[in-house]
Amino acid sequence: MQARHLPRLVAAIAIACSAQAALATDPLFDALGGKPGIDALVQDFVPRLVADATIGAFFKDTNLRELKKQLADQLCAVSGGGCTYEGDDMKHAHATMKIAKADFNRMVEVLQDAMDARAIPFADQNRLLARLAPMHRDVITVR
Amino acid sequence: MRSCRVATLVSAAAFLASNACAADGKLLLTGGVTGIDGAAGGGLTPWAVTTGYGSEKQASATAFFTRVATRDHGLGIAGVAASCGERFELSFAHQDFATGDTGAALGLPGLHLRQDIVGAKVIVAGDAVLDSDTLVPALALGIEAKRSSSGGLRPTLASLGAHDHGIDLYASATKLFLLRGVLVNLTLRATKANQNGLLGYGGTVSDRVSVEPEISLAWLLRRTLAVGVEYRAKPDKLNPSALGAGLREDDWKDVFVAWAPNKHVSLTLAYVDLGRIVPAVQPRRQTGTYASVQLAY
Repeated sequence: MQARHLPRLVAAIAIACSAQAALATDPLFDALGGKPGIDALVQDFVPRLVADATIGAFFKDTNLRELKKQLADQLCAVSGGGCTYEGDDMKHAHATMKIAKADFNRMVEVLQDAMDARAIPFADQNRLLARLAPMHRDVITVR
Repeated sequence: MRSCRVATLVSAAAFLASNACAADGKLLLTGGVTGIDGAAGGGLTPWAVTTGYGSEKQASATAFFTRVATRDHGLGIAGVAASCGERFELSFAHQDFATGDTGAALGLPGLHLRQDIVGAKVIVAGDAVLDSDTLVPALALGIEAKRSSSGGLRPTLASLGAHDHGIDLYASATKLFLLRGVLVNLTLRATKANQNGLLGYGGTVSDRVSVEPEISLAWLLRRTLAVGVEYRAKPDKLNPSALGAGLREDDWKDVFVAWAPNKHVSLTLAYVDLGRIVPAVQPRRQTGTYASVQLAY
């Protein structure tokens, strides 16, 4: 092969690889039903949060439409769906609230309820929770 | 008498602690169940979790009743425990072991071996559940002060060099691999207890503590349901003795299923293998059933 063809070959391989990467979505994203599934999950999850006796009060001044959009983007991004989450980082988003570990765990339970309602298998629920749980370090403000 | 006083004290502390605030801030089953020695964890071994559902800034109390029925023996256990801030745990357990025909064969029909265990545990680092992006486990240090009452067998045990009280120290590392829904626990216990203390502490072989590993593996099948296996290695300080290998003891193991329909009650059923117990009299392995209920507040 002549040396001048080499850059073209490398470029071709690079394009092929990136196309492959774009096609192969994260299995977790698929398990959640893709973006439509995540949107439906969030539509159910947010009213459950607001109505919750333990943590509902945290959302009384929240713009719920905005929260739903940001949550859907975030869950999509976290589950490998390629969305861009444009909201505040977790630390700043919760900095003004008094959130104890019990509140964080309650949110996990409400999310589990919402996932149960969407018939998302327990193993897939845990795969999502495993990616969300480390956020406890930034979300919990009262230690 | 002594055990009654301790039980009352622990109960009172638990009651006061649990009234301080609600105790439902942990996820289902993440406080484990109550083990045979009264500490939170698996059935045979303590984990680096605290009893009940009190999370940080919360306290909780639990009570438990356990019944083990092996081929020739019965073991009944009851106790209480309290936890504070998902960091400290205090526990008390009373064990009553019916020796059955083995006692009769030793000329002590109706012999019961009893033991009181006061335990304390502190979580020194980590979070067994939420740190799912690291391999770092939660770590706990614990102590179990044990006193046995072996009735008519006491003079025999004393002649073999076994004391009627002993202290176990342990360190537990517990990690929930959330991605797979698998919990792994490794405990190292420094102990010289014979048959967990029911046959006293130390003996003819040595009066020094041994460090013994204890392992639990649990799979979360649903939020409310876990199954698992456990293995608890034990010292063997009465083997050999004046009875030759007649007091040899084996490691303990079990296969369990734990069900917590809500945060106030859990039920654990297991198949246990306690190995040989006083093989001089009864050489067959003591396999059987284990049933335990825990009430949490």
